[in-house]
Amino acid sequence: MEIEDPRILPEPLAYAEPPASPPSAPSARLAELPLTDASVLTSPAMLTVEGLNLFYGSKQALFDVDLKVAKNTVMSFIGPSGCGKSTLLRCLNRMNDLIDGVRIEGKVSIGDSNIYEPGVDVISLRKRTGMVFQKSNPFPKSIYENVAYGLRIQGVRDRGILDEAVETSLQSAGLWDEVKDRLKESALGMSGGQQQRLCIARALAVDPEVLLMDEPCSALDPIATSRIEELIFELKKKFTIVIVTHNMQQAARVSDFTAFFWLGKLIESGLTEKMFTNPRERTTEDYITGRFG
Amino acid sequence: MKRFTQWLRRGNIFIWFSGTMLSLCLLMIVGLVGFIAVKGLGVFWPHALIQAQGPEGAVLGEITSFEAPLGTEPAKVQFRVGNRDIYGQDFKWFQASEIHGRQEPKDALLIERLENGTFIGRIQDISQDGQPIAKAEAAVEEVKRRLPATNKLQAQIRGIEKGAVGELNRKLEDCRQAMESAGSAEARTVLEQQQNSLQSRYNQLQAELDQLRTTAKTFTVTLLTVDGQTKEIPLSGIVRIVPANELSWFGKVRLYFSRLWEFVADDPRESNTEGGIFPAIFGTVMMVLIMSVMVVPLSVVTALFLREYAKDGLLVRATRVAVNNLAGVPSIVFGVFGLGFFVYSVGGTIDQLFYSSKLPTPTYGTGGILWASLTLALLTVPVVVVATEEALAAVPRNQREASLALGATKWQTIWNVVLPGAAPGILTGLILAMSRGAGEVAPLMLTGVVKLAPSMPLDGSFPFLHLDRKFMHLGFHIYDVGFQSPNSEAAKPMVFMTALLLLLVVVLLNLFALRLRRKLRARLGGSTF
Repeated sequence: MEIEDPRILPEPLAYAEPPASPPSAPSARLAELPLTDASVLTSPAMLTVEGLNLFYGSKQALFDVDLKVAKNTVMSFIGPSGCGKSTLLRCLNRMNDLIDGVRIEGKVSIGDSNIYEPGVDVISLRKRTGMVFQKSNPFPKSIYENVAYGLRIQGVRDRGILDEAVETSLQSAGLWDEVKDRLKESALGMSGGQQQRLCIARALAVDPEVLLMDEPCSALDPIATSRIEELIFELKKKFTIVIVTHNMQQAARVSDFTAFFWLGKLIESGLTEKMFTNPRERTTEDYITGRFG
Repeated sequence: MKRFTQWLRRGNIFIWFSGTMLSLCLLMIVGLVGFIAVKGLGVFWPHALIQAQGPEGAVLGEITSFEAPLGTEPAKVQFRVGNRDIYGQDFKWFQASEIHGRQEPKDALLIERLENGTFIGRIQDISQDGQPIAKAEAAVEEVKRRLPATNKLQAQIRGIEKGAVGELNRKLEDCRQAMESAGSAEARTVLEQQQNSLQSRYNQLQAELDQLRTTAKTFTVTLLTVDGQTKEIPLSGIVRIVPANELSWFGKVRLYFSRLWEFVADDPRESNTEGGIFPAIFGTVMMVLIMSVMVVPLSVVTALFLREYAKDGLLVRATRVAVNNLAGVPSIVFGVFGLGFFVYSVGGTIDQLFYSSKLPTPTYGTGGILWASLTLALLTVPVVVVATEEALAAVPRNQREASLALGATKWQTIWNVVLPGAAPGILTGLILAMSRGAGEVAPLMLTGVVKLAPSMPLDGSFPFLHLDRKFMHLGFHIYDVGFQSPNSEAAKPMVFMTALLLLLVVVLLNLFALRLRRKLRARLGGSTF
C-alpha cells in the first residue's frame, strides 16, 4: 500500500494491550513478602543525587538529575536503552572516572559525604559500594579466591578472617551450600546463575553499604533470575540496593522505589506500586505499558 | 557461463587456491626438515669399506660420491680414504674407468683416532713397551680387549685436566692477585703459605697425571695402510675400532647410536670436526634461557606502560613505532651496538671498578655469554612488546572493572587480574623471541661466541654460573665447522647434523614454553586471550 500523502503518517499505535498482567510470582516466598511497607518512607536517605549533569566530551548524557535512595530499600532504574540509567549507576561509585573525556557536575552523596568532592579517596569509596555487573565476571581464580579478592587487596592476610568472610559472604549470597565442598575449584566451572551469585558474594565480602546492580539478571534464565530476586529481598535488610533493569516485571517485583529515565532525564521517581499503577507522567505510562522502549 | 559465474561467486576457486598454498607451505616445511634430517642422520651410519685397484696402486675406503659423466668429463668416484697424516687428505677422486676389482675385504678396519682423523686400513701389530705382543688378527683381538680400559684411563686424564687442574690454576691465579694487592706483611705470609700448599697440591696432581700418561703410552699399535705404509700410534689414541665389513645389522645399529651419543654428549676434538658438540648445545640453551630471563621483564614493563599508563599521544605513538621498527634493524647492527655498549662501555667499567687487579686481562670487558644474551634480549624486545600489548588489550574489560569496583587500585588490578590474564599472550611472545634468538649468529660473533670454549658457562666451581665466560653456539658451530675448518670436506656432513640439533633445541625450548602456556590457559578456564 502506498501512502498517498507523505504528510499523513500512519497513526500512532493504538493502546493495544492492557498493562502487563500481574507478574507471576517466581516463588511462593517472594509473593508473601510485602513489597513496600510504611517504614521505608521514613528511613533516612542513603544516597542523594543533586543536580547531576554528565557529559561525554561535548555530548550531555545526564540532565540535572535529583534523586534520593532511602536506607535499606531497593531502588530500580528503568528506561529504554541509552537513557542514562547505567551511566547514573556508575556515577554512584565513580566508575565513570575510568572513561576518558567524562565530565560530571553536581553532587552525589553517600550518607553525608559528597563523593565528588575534591580529595575524596576513590578507592575507599568503591569499598563502600559493591557493584554487580550485567555479565557475570568472576576472575579466573578459585571460588575462594574470588570472594577473598576484595579483602586480599586491602592487605588482609589472616587465614581465619578470610575464611570467615568467604563463608559469610557465600551464605549471604545463598551459594554456600552449593559450593562449600569445592571452594578451591575454578569459578569458571560454575553455571551462569551461580557465577552471578558469586559476583554478589564477592561484592558483599568487603562489607559495602550500598550495592549497585547493573542488569544483574539479563543474561540469566528465569530460575536463576528468581533466585537472584529472592536474594535481593534478603540483602535489603542489610544493604541499600540500586538495580538497573530492562525488565519491568522485575522492577515491579523487587523494588520499593522506581526511577524512570528517558533521554538522560529523570522523568519520574517514587514508590514502585504507585509508579506501576498510577504514574504521574504520560511518558512513564507509555513506557510502562509498552508503547515504546 | 551462468554456472561458471555462480561457481565463481561461491568462492570455490579461492578455497582451492588457499588450500593449495597451504599444502605448498606444509610441503616446504616438511621438505626442509626432512632434507636436513636425512642428510644429518645418515652421517653416523657405517658404510662398507671398498678395496679396489686404482691408477696409483690399491685403494681402500668408503665410496662417498659418484658423478655421472658430463659432456667430455668421464664418470668419477670419490673415495673417503682417511689417513690424513699419511696421504695429506681424507678424500680422493678417481675416474670410474680407472677403478678395477672392487671387493669388500672382511679384515678391513675403520679406526677412529683422537688425532689426525680416521684411519682406514689394517692393524699390523700391538706392542707393550716396544715389544710386539701380538700380530695381525690376534693383534686386532688384543686391541679390542684392551681398548675399554685404555679409553677409561684417557677419560680419567681428561677429567683431571679439566676439573682439578683447572680449578687449582684458578685458585693460584686468585692467590697471586691477592698477593699483589695485599698490604700488610702478615697477610702476605698467610697468602704465601696458601700459595705453597696450592703449588704442592698442583705438583702432586701433575705427577699423578704424568704417571697416568705414561701408563696410557704402554701399548702402541702399528697401523698398516692398504698400500703398505705403516704408522705407529699409542693405543690410547684410538677411540673406536669398526670392522666395517663384518658388522651385522644389529652391530651397525649399535655403532650408529654410540656415535650419535658421542656427538650429542661429548666435547669436540680436532678443531671441532670430530667428537661431539655438547658445549655448543649447552651454550645455546643457556644463552636462550638467560635471554628469556632478561627480555620478559623488560618487554612486559614497556608494554604495560605503553598500554595501561601512558596517555595516547604523539610521544607514545612515536615510541610504539620506534619499538616496532627495532624488529627490522639488521641483527649485525645489534651486534655492533652490543660490542660497543655492553662489552666496551659497561664491561670495561665493571672491570675497572671490580676486577682492576686482573687488568689488563679483561673479565667483563670482553665478549661473554651475559653480553651476548643481553644483545639478543634487545633484539627480541619488539617481538615480546607487541605480543604483550596485544595480550593486555585482550584481557576483558569487565574483569578490570570488577577488580576496580572492589576498591583495587589500578596497579593492584594490573598485578592481580590483568597480568595473569595476559600471561599466555606474553608467553606467545616469548616463544617467538626464543625461536628468533636461538637462530641468530651474527650479533653473537661480536659479543661472545667462540670456536672452542675451554670451559662452560655453568660448572662445578664457585660461583657456578660464570656470566663472563665465552661460549659455543650451534649456529656459529655450523658456520665454523662447515666453512672455516681446514678439513671442511670431511666436516660437511656434520653441518647437517648440527643444523638438525639446532632445530631440535629450538623445538624443545618451544615445547617447554607451549606446555607452560597450556597450563596457564587451563587455569584461565580455556579462554583464548
